[in-house]
Amino acid sequence: MTNLVEISNLHFERNKRVIFDGVDIVIPQGKITAVMGPSGTGKTTLLRLIGAQLQPGEGRILVAGENIHRLSTDALYKLRKKMGMLFQSGGLFTHLNVFENVAFALREHTKLSNDMIRSLVLMKLEMVGLRGAQNLMPSELSGGMARRVALARAVALDPQLIMYDEPLSGQDPISMGVLVKLIRTLNDALGMTSIIVSHDVTETLSIADYVYVMANGKIIGQGTPDAINQDKSAQMRQFVDGLPDGPVPFHYPAKALDQDLLGVS
Amino acid sequence: MSMDVAALGRWGIDSLRELGRAGLLLLRVVFRLPDFKKGFPLVMQQVYAEGVLSLLIIVVSGLFIGMVVALQGYHTLVKFGAAQQLGPLVALSVTRELGPVVTALLFAGRAGSAVTAEIGLMKATEQLSSMEMMAVDPLRRVIAPRLWGGFISMPLLAIIFNTVAIYGAYLVGVKWLGLDAGAFWSNMQTSVDFHLDVINGLIKSVVFGLVIVWIALYQGYYAEPTSAGIANATTRTVVYSSLATLGLDFVLTAMMIGGW
Repeated sequence: MTNLVEISNLHFERNKRVIFDGVDIVIPQGKITAVMGPSGTGKTTLLRLIGAQLQPGEGRILVAGENIHRLSTDALYKLRKKMGMLFQSGGLFTHLNVFENVAFALREHTKLSNDMIRSLVLMKLEMVGLRGAQNLMPSELSGGMARRVALARAVALDPQLIMYDEPLSGQDPISMGVLVKLIRTLNDALGMTSIIVSHDVTETLSIADYVYVMANGKIIGQGTPDAINQDKSAQMRQFVDGLPDGPVPFHYPAKALDQDLLGVS
Repeated sequence: MSMDVAALGRWGIDSLRELGRAGLLLLRVVFRLPDFKKGFPLVMQQVYAEGVLSLLIIVVSGLFIGMVVALQGYHTLVKFGAAQQLGPLVALSVTRELGPVVTALLFAGRAGSAVTAEIGLMKATEQLSSMEMMAVDPLRRVIAPRLWGGFISMPLLAIIFNTVAIYGAYLVGVKWLGLDAGAFWSNMQTSVDFHLDVINGLIKSVVFGLVIVWIALYQGYYAEPTSAGIANATTRTVVYSSLATLGLDFVLTAMMIGGW
């Protein structure tokens, strides 16, 4: 099996804070790979690095065999046509309606006729169950609907790789179920490769083929969902079981409570 | 003392870095022209958003400013028995200075702030990022049309301002205060030089337009993506644009009077 994305020895810092400290990740073609970890571990940053919206301090990221940070602007944009990304906020264009949002990339990158674009957009919207919402503006959509529209837009050009940034957070159970089903279906039916970054443990483990768990800038565990569930390390158990205290402490570092209450400096 | 010097040095370096970043943004926008077929409608949309939607404030302000200048000018000129020179006074004041400068200040407040807020919000809601990931360059698709939209709109707005202001002066001077219409217009025609007064005024407005939209775009594009960040960026756009307009007006006037 070939790898669509290969990340090796990735180092990245932001405001002198180490986000990645020698991370190695491979994303096999045709699979759903999840990258999980507590909030603030840099999961979204990882996707931005893969999309070359950020530059790594050290290390390299190969996408489809190309070092994405060494590409010229034109080559980078050409490669990005093979990538789709679902942003956490959806990132829908607020001045365009649902139909035009999904049609955006088709109008920009193809010379298809309006009839053909209309057919493609309606098929994508049908896939996410929102063909009837084609004339609505983004402000008229619920959070779950906006994310489904953003998903339809992300796959408008039938990309090889699709990246999901926290696709399930803040969703009600019905929307979450719909999105989980869509992610699996898209991956299998269209032969895409998917990367999900998420901290929704149960749902993500239910659809992922392979999982990386990150904390403190490093990979603390990896394997199939079953292997992750059976991992006995304290860090992994705290994250998977959602324990409030453990290697990731409940309390933000501070001096002793009695000293603080008495005002001792 | 050394801390103060260090702080001053840091401020200087930060300011220069910001200026360099703004310069690079302008260069990247100017040299990444959208292709004509896709770019033209986008530029026209921005001419509408920045120009047409600013028309009301420009027309109303132009009318009142023309009327006030005529009223004030008349009461001063009449003391010297030179009331017939009201036409040239208004026309020269408006075409040389008031037209380009006041239009620029209004344009900064109306269109500049709107551009900053729009770009800042697009950034905060990840619209620019999602555009990049769809392999569409936001500089070409979003930023460049706004720059050219402002570049085209400003001189047109200044022409409209000038015309309305002179008409306002005509209403006050001729229709209200009873000056002779023929003297009002003919004295104006004799005194106003098309190149030195009208064209130079329009050159000013082109420069002001470019600088205002540049500041607005830079502030929006690099705004901190929070509500407070966007509010600060919008305020900075209006303040910096106004100061830049007034400062540049002096420089351009000095150059024009010096015969460049």
